Amino acid sequence: MPYLGGEETVRELRRALSNPNVQSDQLRYRNTILKVIRAMSQGVDMSGLFSEMVKACATVDVVQKKLVYVFLCSYAALNPELSLLVINTLRKDCQDPNPMVRSLALRNMTNLRLPSLVEYVEQPLAAGLRDRAACVRRVAVLGWAKLHNLQASSEIDAAVVNELYSLLRDPDPVVMVNCLRALEEILKDEGGVAINKPITHHLLNRLKECDIWGQCQVLRVLQRYRPQSEDELFDILSLLDASLVSPHPPIMAATLSLFLSLCSGQPAVSLAALERVRGPLLAACGSGSREMRFTALCHIQLLLRSIPGLMGAHYKRFFCGYAEPAYIKQRKMQVLVELVNDENVAMLLDELKGYCTDVNAETAQAAITAIGRIGRSYSDRCLEILTGLLGLKQDHITSAVVQTMRDLVWVCPQCSDTVCFALEGCEETLQDSQGRQALLWLLGVYGERVSSAPYTLEVFIDGVRSEASLGVKMELLTATMRLFLCRPAETQDMLGRLLHYCIEEETDMCVRDQALLYYRLLHCGIEETRKVLQGRRSDPSLGVLIGRPAEPVSQWARSFNTLEPLRQGSIETESVSRGSPEHTMFDPKPNADLSNTLDCSRIEKVHSGKEDFVWMEECVRCPTIPRCSPQSLQAAMQLVNIQTLAFTPPQTLPWRVYLYTHTCLDDAPHSTLILGELLYTGEEPQKAEVHKDDKALKGFLSILTTVLHTLSSERA
Amino acid sequence: MISQIFILSSKGDHLIYKDFRGESGGDAVGVFYEKVTALTGDQPPVVMSHKGLHFVHVRQGGLYWVATTTADSSPFTIIEFLNRLSALVKDYCGSLSEKSVQMNFALIYELLDEAVDYGYIQTTSSDVLKNFIQTEAVSSRPFSLFDLSNVGLFGAETQQSKVAPSSAATRPIQSSREQGGKSEIFVDVIERMSVVIGSNGMLMKADVEGEIRVKCYLPNCSEMRIGLNEEFSIGKSQLRGYGAAVRVDEVSFHQMVRLDEFDSHRILRLCPSQGEQMVMQYQLSDDLPSAPPFRLFPTIERDSGGRLLMYLKLRCDLPPKSAAINVAATIPVPKGSLSLSQELSSPDQSAELKPQSRAVVWKIPRFTGGMQLSALFKLEVPGLSSASLLEVGPVGLSFELPKLTATGLQIRFLRLSPVQPGPSQRWVRVP
Repeated sequence: MPYLGGEETVRELRRALSNPNVQSDQLRYRNTILKVIRAMSQGVDMSGLFSEMVKACATVDVVQKKLVYVFLCSYAALNPELSLLVINTLRKDCQDPNPMVRSLALRNMTNLRLPSLVEYVEQPLAAGLRDRAACVRRVAVLGWAKLHNLQASSEIDAAVVNELYSLLRDPDPVVMVNCLRALEEILKDEGGVAINKPITHHLLNRLKECDIWGQCQVLRVLQRYRPQSEDELFDILSLLDASLVSPHPPIMAATLSLFLSLCSGQPAVSLAALERVRGPLLAACGSGSREMRFTALCHIQLLLRSIPGLMGAHYKRFFCGYAEPAYIKQRKMQVLVELVNDENVAMLLDELKGYCTDVNAETAQAAITAIGRIGRSYSDRCLEILTGLLGLKQDHITSAVVQTMRDLVWVCPQCSDTVCFALEGCEETLQDSQGRQALLWLLGVYGERVSSAPYTLEVFIDGVRSEASLGVKMELLTATMRLFLCRPAETQDMLGRLLHYCIEEETDMCVRDQALLYYRLLHCGIEETRKVLQGRRSDPSLGVLIGRPAEPVSQWARSFNTLEPLRQGSIETESVSRGSPEHTMFDPKPNADLSNTLDCSRIEKVHSGKEDFVWMEECVRCPTIPRCSPQSLQAAMQLVNIQTLAFTPPQTLPWRVYLYTHTCLDDAPHSTLILGELLYTGEEPQKAEVHKDDKALKGFLSILTTVLHTLSSERA
Repeated sequence: MISQIFILSSKGDHLIYKDFRGESGGDAVGVFYEKVTALTGDQPPVVMSHKGLHFVHVRQGGLYWVATTTADSSPFTIIEFLNRLSALVKDYCGSLSEKSVQMNFALIYELLDEAVDYGYIQTTSSDVLKNFIQTEAVSSRPFSLFDLSNVGLFGAETQQSKVAPSSAATRPIQSSREQGGKSEIFVDVIERMSVVIGSNGMLMKADVEGEIRVKCYLPNCSEMRIGLNEEFSIGKSQLRGYGAAVRVDEVSFHQMVRLDEFDSHRILRLCPSQGEQMVMQYQLSDDLPSAPPFRLFPTIERDSGGRLLMYLKLRCDLPPKSAAINVAATIPVPKGSLSLSQELSSPDQSAELKPQSRAVVWKIPRFTGGMQLSALFKLEVPGLSSASLLEVGPVGLSFELPKLTATGLQIRFLRLSPVQPGPSQRWVRVP
């Protein structure tokens, strides 16, 4: 961009545009205008040239006209008065014998987006609907939609709507499709264009005439149609079968969407449609465009939720290519994990093993996590690979492996022997806090089986002063406490030192509070401590991978063929925010006998004002909570890193608890403070929280709710 | 429904910006580029959103082609459209690059104006669009010695001049109208092959994705007939005779192809429109008719000085008459590799250590069938352990095989009817 200066350029161009010599020379005039547009699309403000450009619009040169219109439409909103001058030229052009000029004028007239011009536009638009050239009718039809959105309050004439309905029978397929689009917008308040039986059948019969974009639009609109009989339904389905296996992915996807919405009452037919679409979807997965491949992959993930075995035989199609971008590789691995079975597991693991040393650290991490997921069903083979990877002694790989092992042990306790054996010596390579947290958790829970555990912890405790990560400190406290319970002789001294440091010198409130809690807990006696700290070591109920129940199609049918499946992390089955398993893997199992005592309802959504805090209120009905002992409530909260500030004595009304917690994301520039109040007024406990970071708040709420659920289920 | 479309260069320069609905603010381009640059990793996710704005983008020709849209629109449609748009721009401007887009921005605005109205896609067919597009393309092809290399000595027809240069098809389709450009038609058979070979030499996976592309510069072509091998068969069920039958798993055709002679004589009939079209796509997996074109024999060891020695032997199993070009082998090496010393068997080859991608790239410009090349790489890796050897491999190999297809698909003939006035050149390239 040589002349971004602006001022100077604008002045120079104005001089050139108003120079009569330039104006008389067709080619020079056009070139000057080209320069204006070029500067405009580079982001230079050219609005000062508006009046000169208006003059340039009166020409016989179509190319020049088109260029000027590009300019005028961009700046019309800034110059409503001057734009009035253009209207005359445009209206004159609407009478031009050349249909191209007519459509051009009509399109740009409606593109000016000025409410003050509506009265001048209506008449040419109405004439345009009856024009003999299809290209003018196409523009005119959409013009009415533009007009409607420009003046949402004004009612579009019922006569126009009727005319648009009648134009659905226009011989030109694009006019027909545009009519659908315009009516959808104009009649948005009434639920869009009326889809009755004659219109549906008419559209279906003319589907073949449309190009792929038109077909997609028609198929989409038809989703609202409900066939009157089963025969009619199957007639429609047979008619659309060719589109379902179309080589064009957009048509295939739109048809499947339509199938799913038509057959919402007949799951068997939907499943058959999914089977049928497998071929075209796989073909799209091998398409030349990698964005298309990605889209197809994301949608295959949706399909697999209902038919887990759908792609089993085609697992090789999901092996990653060498040069594929990371986001495709990661999705492919997610799919591969779903496709594991007894026959292909060896091949699959072999392939995944190759990805673990990928240059891209995220891809390598995803591959390791994928192996961990397969490990839930084929633990021996996977653990062999994972332990082998530890031998590479690379920090990001070791960290991912240790985290994966932690998650694996939580689900498959039978792996713990191998894991404990592999842990020796890992601490030297681990650099990041996530990995060290995972290691500490494992050492705390399985300390009695790792002979070197106390020595590893001692290294951590000696370095606690220089430790920056909050999570590591908290995890260290818990791990040392747990190890103390099973190996008191070796740990007593260092636990004392750690508690002393955390209580006396630590500045962070969370760490200090937790240390104080443990200190007091130890005062209560070793049995009490054991009861609080030695929770479950594993949760086998989280389930093995194979035999995951197939979801009904209706669960995801609505998000099929939308941007939803392509979002990052939308399919993430496991929490990625790595904490200790008992912290993150709250499995919201709806307990049947709880449903009458517990009931959450969000009263108000987030209020987000100019202030940098958010306020949220939620109502939780669990009447047993206020009757818990404050100590057990506090202990339970601390396990999920929620600290208690103060609470009223039990059995008083209103009963309150004040809570707070920090978000501790390593990459966030500042942490968010969440303050909460649990309020019980005799009927319903409520809580209100303050501060920013919407996502953190939601996470906090869900964790808090889970804690309350767990507590009351224990009492019940 | 598309709200805005814009094209950005990889450095973030605004090349094209068009707002179709005027609903979202004009700073969308800035927001998008901010999001792109804020991310690490090699490519941003295809879909990104920011305060109710949803960006969908594709990368073509080193440019970002971005559309903003609503959450419920079909990603298949939008991505297909962006790809189609870039193909149209390529057809009209000759090639796809930052420079060609910059030079032809007026033409691209015109294309966008006709292709999309109020965010709804109207048409992308080049037959329809050619009636509306008035601007002439500006071609940016620099003078190249390559053009001269096709002229044989004393005008004699050399072997090389029979094959059209790959740049022959990179010119705008419109210029043929006024500038008296040649009436040409190009038919390309392109196969992408991905083969995985295990360390024991076993073929683990083989996939071929092929396509027949027609790029047409004829202003009005009536009908074209493309004849394929007569023994071409589709699907696994058919019995195979003694001859070298050409078999593929799945075939799909462009909707304008008429197949009435396909079953009996394997002839495709079509009326190509101007520009580039994919006439036929096909796939073959697992069961290749011929052996893969290359075999690699690696030996990897550590020498006494703590260096990593890689001795690679690469054999080309093509028939001696054909050759592979632009062969590049990528060998992943352990992290922290410092320097590379190499012994290659001929001076035109080159090898380079790329620390960023942690790989050694060995390039061979031309590799004749039946030959065997060897290379010795010595890598300085501090702290080399036996575990580091696990990081070596797998080796990736990319190459082009002109005039040879893995499936054996060939084009027997190409006929245009009725005969064009004046000489029209027919190029059949089978890479």
